[in-house]
Amino acid sequence: MTTTTTEALGVRDAEPTVAMPTDGSRRRSSAAALLRTSAPLLGIALLALLLLVWAPASLTPFRLGNLGKYCCWALAGVGIGLAWGRGGMLVMGQGVFFGLGGYAMAMHMKLEAAGPGNVPDFMQLYGDGTMPGWWEPFRSGAFTLFAIVALPAVVSFVLGYAILKRRVKGAYFAILTQALAVAFATLLIATIKQTGGFNGLNTFTTFFGHNLYDPQVKENLYLVVAGLLIVSLLVVWQLYRSRYGELLVATRDAEERVRFLGYDPANIKLVTFVVAAVMASIGGAMFVPIAGIISPSNVDATASIMMVAGVALGGRASLLGPALGAIAVGYGQTTLSEQFPTQWTYFQGGLFIVVLLFLPLGIASVEPKLRSLVTRREGVA
Amino acid sequence: MDVLTTPFLTGTATGAILFLAALGLTLTFGQMGVINMANGEFLMAGAYATYVTQQVVTSSGLSIVVAIVAAFLVAGLLGLLLEVSIIQWMYRRPLDTLLVTVGVAMVLQQLAKDIFGAQGDAVRPPTWMRGSIDVFGYAWPHRQLFTIILALAALGGLGALLKHSSFGRRIRATVQNRELAETMGVATRNVDRLTFFLGSGLAGVGGVAIALISGTNPTLGTTYIIPAFLVVVAGGVGQLRGTVIAAWAIGVLTAFVTDWSSGSMAQVVTFAAVVIFLQIRPQGLFTVRTRGLA
Repeated sequence: MTTTTTEALGVRDAEPTVAMPTDGSRRRSSAAALLRTSAPLLGIALLALLLLVWAPASLTPFRLGNLGKYCCWALAGVGIGLAWGRGGMLVMGQGVFFGLGGYAMAMHMKLEAAGPGNVPDFMQLYGDGTMPGWWEPFRSGAFTLFAIVALPAVVSFVLGYAILKRRVKGAYFAILTQALAVAFATLLIATIKQTGGFNGLNTFTTFFGHNLYDPQVKENLYLVVAGLLIVSLLVVWQLYRSRYGELLVATRDAEERVRFLGYDPANIKLVTFVVAAVMASIGGAMFVPIAGIISPSNVDATASIMMVAGVALGGRASLLGPALGAIAVGYGQTTLSEQFPTQWTYFQGGLFIVVLLFLPLGIASVEPKLRSLVTRREGVA
Repeated sequence: MDVLTTPFLTGTATGAILFLAALGLTLTFGQMGVINMANGEFLMAGAYATYVTQQVVTSSGLSIVVAIVAAFLVAGLLGLLLEVSIIQWMYRRPLDTLLVTVGVAMVLQQLAKDIFGAQGDAVRPPTWMRGSIDVFGYAWPHRQLFTIILALAALGGLGALLKHSSFGRRIRATVQNRELAETMGVATRNVDRLTFFLGSGLAGVGGVAIALISGTNPTLGTTYIIPAFLVVVAGGVGQLRGTVIAAWAIGVLTAFVTDWSSGSMAQVVTFAAVVIFLQIRPQGLFTVRTRGLA
């Protein structure tokens, strides 16, 4: 029997000691192979149908808005799946990039709400009513859209270059990304006059001229973020199929061998780190008009870890797992945490423990596992 | 002089706590490749052990002595429980241990909230610890001096244990080459468990110092875990001297920047300093030299 991609890509983290060779026995000439190559696309198409056609038709506006929020986290999750599942880089600070995009968008919308030449309301409340100079460019919508992509790309490139080029990896890398999230959130809280501090930025009225209270605008916003999620999945799918995707997995499983073959693993990982950061940033930017707020609690270490939780649950190395897992965890966070605040924390913690102990590759690994079990039985019989 | 001595002395005390928090991390990472994010919660357990001891033993002087032992045992046993129940199944998967212990940390924090309440509790320092000594005109609290003595005692004790006892020799053998140690008859699994116990217990002792300085709090572990990890990253894994120097440096740096600017700026500067430091020494201050290509 043929193995699924998930299995073939190996189970372990990017530890050289447990490097697992990728399965070399990929047969390309059967009907099963055709199914295998088109199955991911089929999955994406199914998800697109569900998110873009079924959900808007059957969910109430309130629930649709919530689903939109989960899609924002799923965008960050797709990036985490790429970096962690395929690249072996556990990124525990994606909240930072989520926040960069989110705050860029929120600043623009705040300025839009204030009107031309005016200063956002909270600056009069907490400060002396003067606006810091670096807010000024965000009056321009075009600049804001540019910044949402460029800002996280530059930050992740500089940080990734500094860390990865010096061959700092594995757990060190994870810890450093989390330390970044902690520092970022404390900095936001401390700069109340410039960023709204603990309360963050909220009370927006319009999104690029569209009234945010209009139900049609709300639905369109949802469709935009759901569409962006599908696009990100297609991008990742193409990356996985490409030569670069193979190199990325090779770097995860045996970094030294890749180096000996003449590649620079740092560059390979750097590209992924930047792509993941931009995805998180776009998610954060869409989060602001949909949720109506961005605050340090959306971007701090805890928020970053919850983004990872969804990916772990769904299946880090699979294509759809990170997105579906993020949506599931987002759903749990908003619904269950309101009904059972205490139990939810236990559940969150328990989720990490159970998933990593029993299903390190998440729910996506259940089906291939069952199938290999069945295959083994057949083989015996 | 005050501008220099005050942050220096406060920073040294902070460094002492960071050292106690980082010891367990660096030991378990160096020896087993396990990243224990729940180590901060062992600090918290130590702090609550101090609080509970004080409710039982009313003499505040005696209670501190009992608390140090109790905190060591409570945190150590928690660590042992964690190793036996979860960690032992995930050796050599550092990133997974990292996430699993994040989950454990969440559970322990919520447990502390449910048992002791979300609000912190105050811990009374014994009478002899309430005063201060005069250093160049700065009234240095005895509590900070006590913290430093505690850390030095832990350093001396652990150093002696590693260097002179047979248990320490087995630890060093396991760190340097696990397979070879096993062929020489070292029961590395037992060594692992004891190391886990020891490292967690020392974090508990750090918790006593925290309880005396700032009282208890269910979330105090989160305050210390990231700086403690930065100590491990900068100091190099599995090294006592690297941990001492890095903890001291980060503690003093934090205190100086806090003094000049703010506590949040101090976090940003510390992070930047560690990243810049890694440009010079990517493996940290000191490393165990191997021929491996890790």
